[in-house]
Amino acid sequence: MNPTVESLRRAFGTKIERALVSCGQTVVYVDRVSVREILRWLKETPEEDYDFLVDVTAVEYRDPEPPLEVVYQLRSLKRGAELRVKAELPKDRALEVDSVVPLWRAADWLEREVYDMFGITFRDHPDLRRLLMWETYAEGYPLRKDFPLRGRFSRAEQVRQALAANPEAHYSLEELSIAQRQYDLPSDMRERLERGERGTVPEPGRRDDG
Amino acid sequence: MGEKRTVELDLATTGADAAGRPVRVPLGVSGTGEPDLAAEHMLLNVGPQHPATHGVLRLVVELDGEVVRRVVPHIGYLHSGFEKLGEYRFYNQIIPLTDRTDYLAPMANNVGLAMAAEQLMGIEITERCKVLRVVACEISRIISHLVWLGTTAIDIGAFTPFLWTFQEREKAYNLQEAWTGARLTTSLTRVGGMMADVPDGFVEALRTFCREFPPVLDEVDRLLTRNAIWISRTQGIGPMTSEEAVNYGLSGPMLRASGVPYDVRKDRPYLDYETYDFDVPVGEHGDVYDRYLVRMEEMRQSVRIIEQALDRLPDGPLNAQDPRVILPPKSAAMNDMESMIFHFKQVMEGVRAPVGEVYFAIENGKGELGYYFVSDGTAKPVRWRIRPPSLLNIAALPKMAEGHLFADLIAINASVDIVMGEIDR
Amino acid sequence: MGLGRVDDAGGAGAGRAVVGQVSPNWVTTRLDFLVNWARSNSMWPMPFGTACCAIEFMATAASRYDLSRFGMERMGYTPRQADVLICAGRLPFKLAPVIRRIYEQMPQPKWVISMGACASSGGIFDTYAMTQGIDTVVPVDVYVPGCPPRPEGLLYGILLLHKKVMGETMADAELRKERWLEPGQLRIPARLVDELSEPFGNSIQQTRSA
Repeated sequence: MNPTVESLRRAFGTKIERALVSCGQTVVYVDRVSVREILRWLKETPEEDYDFLVDVTAVEYRDPEPPLEVVYQLRSLKRGAELRVKAELPKDRALEVDSVVPLWRAADWLEREVYDMFGITFRDHPDLRRLLMWETYAEGYPLRKDFPLRGRFSRAEQVRQALAANPEAHYSLEELSIAQRQYDLPSDMRERLERGERGTVPEPGRRDDG
Repeated sequence: MGEKRTVELDLATTGADAAGRPVRVPLGVSGTGEPDLAAEHMLLNVGPQHPATHGVLRLVVELDGEVVRRVVPHIGYLHSGFEKLGEYRFYNQIIPLTDRTDYLAPMANNVGLAMAAEQLMGIEITERCKVLRVVACEISRIISHLVWLGTTAIDIGAFTPFLWTFQEREKAYNLQEAWTGARLTTSLTRVGGMMADVPDGFVEALRTFCREFPPVLDEVDRLLTRNAIWISRTQGIGPMTSEEAVNYGLSGPMLRASGVPYDVRKDRPYLDYETYDFDVPVGEHGDVYDRYLVRMEEMRQSVRIIEQALDRLPDGPLNAQDPRVILPPKSAAMNDMESMIFHFKQVMEGVRAPVGEVYFAIENGKGELGYYFVSDGTAKPVRWRIRPPSLLNIAALPKMAEGHLFADLIAINASVDIVMGEIDR
Repeated sequence: MGLGRVDDAGGAGAGRAVVGQVSPNWVTTRLDFLVNWARSNSMWPMPFGTACCAIEFMATAASRYDLSRFGMERMGYTPRQADVLICAGRLPFKLAPVIRRIYEQMPQPKWVISMGACASSGGIFDTYAMTQGIDTVVPVDVYVPGCPPRPEGLLYGILLLHKKVMGETMADAELRKERWLEPGQLRIPARLVDELSEPFGNSIQQTRSA
């Protein structure tokens, strides 16, 4: 067991839930509300010095009862120590946790991917939008267990939605605002940009045969 | 040669236009510019289909003339659902999937996955297997860096190294094909061992490769390292300080070129890497030139490791002697009831992993490649996560490229050495 | 040469020779041979390389397998100057509008080679994110199986395409006609897309979740 766990318990008390060792690696569960505080402590305390964020990901179990877990894999380059911190998100409440981008810039895209694949929102993330799927992807969050392997829509519908030329699906709002200075964007898109909104999935085209 | 600086296009201004933006005078016109000729920023879309983006990466660039003001990388154009697919496959069935993530260095991915699964299941591999896996990892590192070298040179304008490096890769492909039957999608390892032992003549052929490869590297070195054009295109371009590199989660040559001496092989050794005698090159400035030097030297060190590995290659069994995990030899499965039952159970039900989780990382050519498995006691993982080094490396691209010229953006992108299969999974 | 574009009778269109309405004869067969021979021996590829097959494509273009002996070493990275679109690698849904656009930007005559199992049928990726073959999005002339196909395999596919091109004739008015498709419109009927995307073989058995 990584000695950091003891130090964490002394510093945070009941906010540290259980800790275990699996395959020689220490995993510690923390209260999801205090994630940023605890990770900041882990990064900035000189004795701990977890300066390298290896990975941020999430896990959903096959059993519907256990909560979702957000997993932070941390490493201290100088000390050579490694720690896995997990926060449990019960499925009956909003899936939200604080973003750690202010601590490690590495978390930027890693958290975006967790949002894309699991639907977990990260509070105060500078730019939380989908990373791997397109911006207006409507089928849901792929790595959830209730999402079937082949997706929810039929293949033809998936192709249709993918082919619908929709600049809002492929450009972020800030990029569209650059384009706005050069080109005449459609007025409804311009209004949406001013409000900071994202567009919706286009109507599936009814004409598909030649 | 002189020190490379980032060029700041400093245009004269003649006041502000109606919206309050400064009106710029184009270069070459003195003083009396057109008052309503505003210099707007241009939105340029690079990719996803583009010869220089090394895969289907899309960069949306805001340009002020030739200077990059902002660059937003978009990924996901190769997203295939690997992690979801892994939840529906036995551990051995995931190994062919790993060939297709980092397809430039497939054997290293195979090794990484097998080792993660072995750590999860608590399986010990044999000595011969360890040495052969080291050989596989180092060959993969060499071919990964060779692709990087050829494509970076071609992006910066030097066409010849591309042909030379791909010719060397063909030699490595011959070796891979002799061992695994496939040039690219090798599926080399199995949980507990390897798919097959090295064929006769492989060790001699590999030694020949190790003898003939460094002179080719020297030739490319002669072409590029002290070349005035290369130096002026790469020095001072896209630097990252060591603190920034650590904070952005960079790994591999990107991190080491910035001066952080972190290599998974040295700091968290696996496969007995601590018993091999090799150096890890560490750069200073973190610019494109340093990354080039680091990777060139890594290739030479890989050759050194391979030669040591071949010298110590022990005889003995290749696969772990655990019939619950490793398929019994065909002759036994055909003749012996117990072996047949083991074979049947493994193929039909897969090998069950105990409840638990593991994160295992190897030093790939591109950086720290990690595999995270969560198991609930069944034969298929609950969660399979690939921690791709290239994802974090390319996420730092805006930091590296903003303020440089557009041609430098292409050079920086090439120096990051990404492979989209790994980034998008 | 001008194929089969039938103008309205009378008026400005009447003076233009409409070759497509000529019935095949000795002149057209000699011209066919010449034109097809020229086309097949200098077919400039548009390498739409996405994944592993792209590496094998690059290896085919490199010194050992050498596409140059077929006149194909000049890669048309701009579709405007390319003849054959070689889709080397898997095509996720996010990339589908891109390949359609690239295909539409290529001038006629154009051909498509689908290189590899993923481009031909989705390959091992029968998932929510992958088109099950590029033929759901663009028309394909030659399918080259393999994962990845060996360079010899790709060369065989290219030679098959040459054979196909040599068999074309300018007397066929429909051959080089192209339909304009709206964004989001499917090229083939939806029912056919679903049929092409049905899992087959091992894929049906393997995808049980536990």
